[in-house]
Amino acid sequence: MSLYTLLGALEIGLIFSLVALGVYISFRLLRFPDLTVDGSFPLGGAVAATMIAAGYDPFTSTIVATIAGAVAGLITGWLNVRLKIMDLLASILMMIALYSINLRIMGKPNVPLIMEPTVFNLLQPEALADYVFRPLLLVFVVLAVKLLLDAYFSTQSGLAIRATGSNARMARAQGVNTGLAVLAGMALSNALVGLAGALFAQTQGGADISMGVGTIVIGLAAVIVGESLLPSRKLYLATIAVIVGAIVYRFFIALALNSDFIGLQAQDLNLVTAVLVTVALVVPKLRAHWSGKKGN
Amino acid sequence: MLKATDLRLTFNPGTPIETQALRGMTLEIPTGQFVTVIGSNGAGKSTFLNAVSGEQRVDSGTIEIDGIDMTRLPVWARARHVARVFQDPLAGTCEDLTIEENMALAKMRGERRGFSFAVKPALREEFRAQLATLGLGLENRLSDRIGLLSGGQRQAVSLLMAALQPSRLLLLDEHTAALDPRTAAFVLELTVRIVAEHKLTTMMVTHSMRQALDVGQRTVMLHQGRVVLDVAGTEREGLDVHHLLDMFEKVRGEEIDDDALLLG
Ligand SMILES: Nc1ncnc2c1ncn2[C@@H]1O[C@H](COP(=O)(O)OP(=O)(O)O)[C@@H](O)[C@H]1O
Ligand SMILES: [Mg+2]
Repeated sequence: MSLYTLLGALEIGLIFSLVALGVYISFRLLRFPDLTVDGSFPLGGAVAATMIAAGYDPFTSTIVATIAGAVAGLITGWLNVRLKIMDLLASILMMIALYSINLRIMGKPNVPLIMEPTVFNLLQPEALADYVFRPLLLVFVVLAVKLLLDAYFSTQSGLAIRATGSNARMARAQGVNTGLAVLAGMALSNALVGLAGALFAQTQGGADISMGVGTIVIGLAAVIVGESLLPSRKLYLATIAVIVGAIVYRFFIALALNSDFIGLQAQDLNLVTAVLVTVALVVPKLRAHWSGKKGN
Repeated sequence: MLKATDLRLTFNPGTPIETQALRGMTLEIPTGQFVTVIGSNGAGKSTFLNAVSGEQRVDSGTIEIDGIDMTRLPVWARARHVARVFQDPLAGTCEDLTIEENMALAKMRGERRGFSFAVKPALREEFRAQLATLGLGLENRLSDRIGLLSGGQRQAVSLLMAALQPSRLLLLDEHTAALDPRTAAFVLELTVRIVAEHKLTTMMVTHSMRQALDVGQRTVMLHQGRVVLDVAGTEREGLDVHHLLDMFEKVRGEEIDDDALLLG
């Protein structure tokens, strides 16, 4: 693999580590199987690309895209908490709805960003090549997000979200408004995914209606790879694990695509990812079953 | 003071499995009183406690605590006034969180949760001191996941947690039933100490007649969703376990074969 390929894989891996952190919040901390991600990732891309193409400042556009992601998560949470729609189904409904919404936002299936400014080329110093600077900037963004998340989840409010996912009955008995906690967690999770989508569109030359397909699967795969590489219940280690997982997963894909001896072809990757995620979904259930716990 | 008036609750109404769990349940507990609650299986004890805590909405009747109408409030909104320890040691704590994080959650029971760190050094020292009173060595395990503790240890911590923040009512639903006899005795002793220390208004469901008479100042027996016996003071002092068993028989209209079990 060339340095160029390596840095490219690192760049995409870092962007998807934001998705993975979002997925970690919904699937692991809140125990909310959230597929909204497949819609909120392209939503972030669509909002950012459309705004930038319309002449808005890329930073403002990225922030608005992040907020759009948060709103998507909020609605999924609301469907579940208020309308009592089963979590998985609520997120599928939102994901489907977002497909139409994203098309509406873009007004066409894709919005290219070729000559337009992006957060990357605006900040880029002369001395560095773009393919070096992009992953470098992303390292800072991802680290900042990780540290902010670690801090937030050790505050009273963040602890309430973790308690809600771990034992909702106990959380309520301690005065936690668990419905609100789910909404907050889902908003935070999908905000990160929206941010990832916005950054993805700005590194890949635009947004495309199909850019979200399989996002959740990649996010989950990253979480699983991370958890098996660095198993830990401590939050600050778990967030590192998830980031490392996203990057390692991306390198694995780059490696598989760039080497003949593994024998994997591009079309096999979805299968490999699907198997990984299946294992991820089943293992916690088996674990709960073995320890004789039941939900309430 | 708790004032529950004419509570009625029917599960699965209009179906073959319809159960009238509460049928005119009325009970007043003055501030500072420790009441023990007994009754056969299915008498409605847990349903009553759940109604008071808000986990179960009643069909009719009112629940007031210190004059505040709680009848329509959700669990989390009542938590400001009501503290609980569950029967299942796993139910009262978050196994994924550490001991100190669990205690920090309880420390903020019923209060607005903001963006300051949940476990601050001063708080940690307070938790450590509290845990030390248990004599279980837990004061050295503050950052251990609470899921690593035994049922008895978790129940003891749950009791401490219930008293970290003032409450107007403490609800204990057979909170020693899942423990081995020695641990159960330890947790009961701890209960009596904590209730006395904080002068808590307390309602404790127990399946042991002995406990029901020895602990607290008043004993209430439920049957078919209402109070059938309510004794305190000298009348209660004159009662023995066999009196309670006679009462049981009378209300159930049947013999109790397994005295040993109930005497435990
Ligand atoms: N969630 C529920 N759904 C249906 N029936 C219930 C439910 N909870 C309790 N019951 C029924 O209500 C009655 C009272 O139960 P409970 O309050 O648990 O009794 P106790 O705690 O005194 O043993 C029982 O007949 C029980 O089967
Ligand atoms: Mg019961």
